[in-house]
Amino acid sequence: MPVMPVQAESVQHVAEGLRDVGYLPGESTALVSFLAAKLGKPVLVEGPAGVGKTELAKALSRFLERRLVRLQCYEGLDEAKALYEWNYRKQLLRIQASSVAGAEDAHGWDAVQDDIFSAEFLLERPLMTAIASEEPVVLLIDEIDKTDQEFEAMLLELLSDFQLSIPELGRIDARTVPVVILTSNNSRELTEALKRRCLYLWLDYPELEHELEIVRLHTPELTETVARKLVEVIQRVRQLDLKKPPSIAESIDWARALLLLGADDIDADTFRDTMSIIVKHRTDLDTVAERVGVELGGLTDASFGAGAPRGA
Amino acid sequence: MPPSEPERPAAPEPGAGAGPPPGLSGQILAFADELRSEGVAIGTAELLDAFAVLGEVPWTEREDVREGLAATLAKSQEDRRVFELLFERFFFRAAEAEAIERDVQEQGGVDGGDQINLDTLRQQIAAALRDGSEGAMRDLARLAIAAFGRQGEGSGVIGVDVQRIRRALGLRAEPQPELPPEDPRREGLPRETVRAFEQHLRRELERALIERTRQLPPSRPLSELDRALPSGPLADLAAVHRIVAQLKRRLATQGHELRGRRAHAHVDVRRTMRASLETGGVPVKLKYRPRRPRRPEIYVLCDVSTSVTSASVFFLSVLHALHDAFRKLRSFVFIERISEVTDIFERERNFKNVSAAIGRDAGVADISGYTDYGRVWSEFLTQVEDDLHPRATVIVLGDARTNGRDPRADLFAAVAERAGRTFWLNPEPRLYWNYGDSVIAAYERHCDAFECWTTNQLEDFVKALARPIGAPAS
Repeated sequence: MPVMPVQAESVQHVAEGLRDVGYLPGESTALVSFLAAKLGKPVLVEGPAGVGKTELAKALSRFLERRLVRLQCYEGLDEAKALYEWNYRKQLLRIQASSVAGAEDAHGWDAVQDDIFSAEFLLERPLMTAIASEEPVVLLIDEIDKTDQEFEAMLLELLSDFQLSIPELGRIDARTVPVVILTSNNSRELTEALKRRCLYLWLDYPELEHELEIVRLHTPELTETVARKLVEVIQRVRQLDLKKPPSIAESIDWARALLLLGADDIDADTFRDTMSIIVKHRTDLDTVAERVGVELGGLTDASFGAGAPRGA
Repeated sequence: MPPSEPERPAAPEPGAGAGPPPGLSGQILAFADELRSEGVAIGTAELLDAFAVLGEVPWTEREDVREGLAATLAKSQEDRRVFELLFERFFFRAAEAEAIERDVQEQGGVDGGDQINLDTLRQQIAAALRDGSEGAMRDLARLAIAAFGRQGEGSGVIGVDVQRIRRALGLRAEPQPELPPEDPRREGLPRETVRAFEQHLRRELERALIERTRQLPPSRPLSELDRALPSGPLADLAAVHRIVAQLKRRLATQGHELRGRRAHAHVDVRRTMRASLETGGVPVKLKYRPRRPRRPEIYVLCDVSTSVTSASVFFLSVLHALHDAFRKLRSFVFIERISEVTDIFERERNFKNVSAAIGRDAGVADISGYTDYGRVWSEFLTQVEDDLHPRATVIVLGDARTNGRDPRADLFAAVAERAGRTFWLNPEPRLYWNYGDSVIAAYERHCDAFECWTTNQLEDFVKALARPIGAPAS
């Protein structure tokens, strides 16, 4: 653990820092990350699956040299799994132990009661961990839209004041202000109250050049031409009406696969063989093979023609 | 509300990024008011955040300020779009005033003669497009308009002017081999950047138009127009699918917030044990497992006649989405007669195949092609009468245009009476209801009728659908 965690100094600094830890932020991403660190406001990140919402939180934790505390949300998540829980087994043991010793022990029930509701019997869950940590952390609340509205309401206290109320213990204030990232796939409308407390960042599929840069960053060994073609194909595939358009993660996977296969060009054959890396639905496979595969077959000659003078 | 001209700072002083200038606060408040009037919910908390943000970003950086404000004021994609449009519109005048201050000489020069070498300009623009540099493109768009656009004040139609200037500049995506080899246009320019440049041209022309006419473009009610369902032919199918995909996800999570912990047979041992600690380990209070939400049984009738052609593509895809979300769903399509298509939807996972199969197998297309609602109800009743029960929901998708035939509202009433809930989705705006041969009023007495031609209305309906039976209507 570093003594002095990295402070965000400027938008530029954040952008470069994220870049150094392997995350290429867009302009607004860098700005909002900077503001989040500076103002201590939570950030609500929305966007399609696989554009790097979760990755942003991880990158921020690496860049700021803070521990990442992650709360994966799901249907039916309740405070016992998100905030804290009393360790009732231990509490039971404590009660039994005191009743065995009870005869000579002067402590009565009051003492036991005070005792079993102390920090010793508290099981910290992610939100509590983030709040109580000595070192500032990055708190990632992933897929907040999967939970129900009650859970959102419960988060409000945490997000606006960075404090928690535990009936038996009282209020617990944050020792350090965590950077909070909430991600959502927009599967349901989040409440106004939650949005009000957050900065909002919409992440979308990146532009061609930006994605090319990302792919190049992750697979520097891949030649420029193949990488460019790969990104072009991916962008083309995304325009099709698919169940699950390929995400950035999938373009990187595909780039790695091509590298392993030693492909020096994406022609119709290579595409057909490796297509399953970027397209994950059977019906989508058909659509893509039909539209892009054929195009690639026809395109290879044309692109050689156009590519030659550029390379010269 | 046109923005009032505040006391503007003379010029951005380099290095003096300490805080926003005094006039800016008022501007931001006015801007927030404008956003509110477009339906973006902005509270005091958002405004305070916005000011906090402005304290952190250099206010002279237009992009940073915009992104910063957007992050605090526009909290959904929808809001963001409104924000973008308004931001442009609102900070127009301020930017324009400054542009005039600085560009007076430049424009005067062009009007006086052709000091700008047109060929050099073409080259510069093409180079900027090839490199895709935003800032250069914007400046050059202004120059291009100054050079090519002012002849005769333009055609008055911005789109026409944009294309005329683009042609005059010789910007094409296709290679132009007749040009000399050092010309950046020779190999064709990236299509996206040409489009981006057109956007710049459009914006600058609008700017010029506003300057000439001294008024801002009328604030058209974006929200309604842009949210309207795509009504065109198959070209818009992808757009429909995007909406439906979202609807599908919403449906999948819908109703869960209504899930409570009411009395139920299954004891939750873990929670009971925890609760028992309050009573020293004696389980006095029993805790129960939450109840699973009941998925309603749904009957859907979808009109596929020609009067609702554009809507029925949409309706069929909604139907398709519903099939994924609800297990007990029976669907019927009808024109003159009714035909059950539940099997087709269950067999085919792909929407394209579904619509093809319905056209082929369903046997509704080969009759007159005119809807006969009376007949539809009587056939529907005979087919499902015994299955209908108070927990069932019937949804009718149609325009209630009977082509002058007997609406047989009595049969429809019988259907509605047997089913727990009956909904009617009408793809026509409420304005047209009961005009001509529309008899929706006769049916509306027996069901909840929704107009459904925008995605918002569809969402309202989905909310109503997911509400448990017996719960009060909103």
